[in-house]
Amino acid sequence: MVNSTETSSNIDNNLEYNKRARPIIGILVLLIGLMALIISIGLSISFGAADIKLATVWNAVLNFNPDITSHQIIREIRLPRVLGAAMVGACFAVAGALMQGMTRNPLADSGLLGLNAGAAFMLALCFAFFPGLPYMYLIMYSFLGAGLGVVIVYGVGSMSRNGLTPMRLVLAGAAVSALLGALSEGIALYFRIGQDLAFWYAGGVSGTKWINLQIMSPWIIVAMIGAIILSKSITLLSLGEEVSIGLGQNVKTIKLFGMIIVLILAGAAVSVVGAVGFVGLIVPHLTRFIVGHDYRWIIPCSIVIGGLLVVLADLAARMINPPYETPIGALISLIGVPFFLYLARKGGKEI
Amino acid sequence: MSNTYLTDTQIKIKRRNIAILFILGLLIITLFIVSMNTGFIRLSPIEVIKTLFGQGTDKQELILFEFRLPRIIISVLVGIGLAVSGCVLQGISRNALADPGILGINAGAGLAVMLFISFYPSTASVPVFLLPILAFSGAGITAIIIYTLSYKRNEGISPMRLILTGVAVAAGISSAMIVLTLRLSPEKYQFVATWLAGSIWGSNWKFVISLLPWVIVLVPIVYSKARTLNVLNLGDSRATGLGTSIEKERRILLAAAVGLAGASVSVSGGIGFVGLIGPHLARQLVGSRNQFLIPASALAGGLLVLVADTIGRVILQPSEIPAGIVVAVIGAPYFLYLLSRLKD
Repeated sequence: MVNSTETSSNIDNNLEYNKRARPIIGILVLLIGLMALIISIGLSISFGAADIKLATVWNAVLNFNPDITSHQIIREIRLPRVLGAAMVGACFAVAGALMQGMTRNPLADSGLLGLNAGAAFMLALCFAFFPGLPYMYLIMYSFLGAGLGVVIVYGVGSMSRNGLTPMRLVLAGAAVSALLGALSEGIALYFRIGQDLAFWYAGGVSGTKWINLQIMSPWIIVAMIGAIILSKSITLLSLGEEVSIGLGQNVKTIKLFGMIIVLILAGAAVSVVGAVGFVGLIVPHLTRFIVGHDYRWIIPCSIVIGGLLVVLADLAARMINPPYETPIGALISLIGVPFFLYLARKGGKEI
Repeated sequence: MSNTYLTDTQIKIKRRNIAILFILGLLIITLFIVSMNTGFIRLSPIEVIKTLFGQGTDKQELILFEFRLPRIIISVLVGIGLAVSGCVLQGISRNALADPGILGINAGAGLAVMLFISFYPSTASVPVFLLPILAFSGAGITAIIIYTLSYKRNEGISPMRLILTGVAVAAGISSAMIVLTLRLSPEKYQFVATWLAGSIWGSNWKFVISLLPWVIVLVPIVYSKARTLNVLNLGDSRATGLGTSIEKERRILLAAAVGLAGASVSVSGGIGFVGLIGPHLARQLVGSRNQFLIPASALAGGLLVLVADTIGRVILQPSEIPAGIVVAVIGAPYFLYLLSRLKD
């Protein structure tokens, strides 16, 4: 009785939100965002320890000349780094949007699936038992760790008869994260590797190489397309499970695919840069605030805004205290927190 | 399905719940004896009882009264404080993920301690009595900031806004801590990391005295508000309809939660997981009516921390594993087991 009235009032509220989906603003956001993204990628390439003119950047991309040093710098160091930043931002943002839509919990992001904790746990094991492992292997292992975290959370969450309710998913995620977190904390204390881990965890895109991008991008592109295809179902799911089932959605399949997409996107991103977790939390809120509650708009806009945010943050991280780099995760939180506070004040009731 | 049938089941549930509370209390006492009988120097149950009644040797008295007893009492008190605080916060925010962390308690306390350590010349001579005070003020200030930021004049506090603000502020603080971490010297880092992981390091009667009043005063206050918490659970509009002055009640409950968690964290470091898991364990045992949930959370939390501290003290002798880590390692699998077994 209590439940049904609550659900119906939720439906009313949500339908009202959906009327507020704003396609024109969505298109504007996409266009302006893409332009801003391209400009900031250009800026990010041109600023740095060795300043390079924008025209040179243009030339280096279009007519690459291996004899010019600045072209070399751009090709081998700056370009992969910036593209990596954009990619990572987009991944976290979309993963976060999917998570929030599927769990209907505004606190959800990909970290809740046990991804970050799993990756960190695997890294702690690597640092403790196989010090000096090559970068590529570290990335691979942390992706495995992320996968492990998700499999445990998903497995435990869906073991019972009622299947995977959002509440159960969220609780299982929190418990698994706490467990893996505590284990890696223990390992870190025992082997005294906490600071190394913290540095990795703080996040940085400086090590991104072409080879990483080559390995990651096909998966990520497929996952992004998958996310856009799923977006309509996610919108329905965000209205509540009953509504979604009532409208003929196969909730189980949607959730399974959603999880797989989140794993690919966030797993790849976490393993490359560490836990830049706040992006996945804040960008979906921001886009929802701008374009309304239709995930068909939220997801594409999240891609653009997420990418933009991380590219700018990476640029700032290099500019603040050159030649040292400020941890990008910390920087994003620093920008993100006041903004998030503003959002929480302004809206802060809906999901 | 007459009325008598209903009351019969209610009485049954009530009896069952009272039995569960009783068993939890019994478990704590058993564990107290077990905890005495393990460790570097063992005291058998008979020796413990003898010493308690003043019949033991000087050495036994020293161990019991100066080392083990305060530590055990602190473990239990910390568990009670955090779990009750978590229970209140989950009730107020109507969010199952809420724990003292959402009010920035852990983050604030952690930052205060870390800042202090990073400016303090060496870790060897850190004044241990200053740390709890620092941690408590850090926690309190953060909670006040979060409350102020999520307060709106005409609407008061909405649970959702409170949670979002709390998460944002805590995230900001943790990122500041990451930046600080990278600048600390290795031995300072180790000190802070051990503190943050949560361990019952202050095994001293002074800490007991600094923690006990909070628990003794605030837990009964929270318990007296059990009915209000039940009503708040129904949602703001319904609670107002039932004649609760939400804002005032919520403020009292929040303040109590902050006091409990802040005092606990200041003595124990970040055993934050107890605040999340304690209430959930209790809910699986006695259901979600706060009249039983609050005492059950308190006992479950106390038991959990006591178990964790005992295991952490014994398993890697002579070095110790921080209790916070043990809590998560034993608490989380059990929690997951419950989660997979039960219908919602």
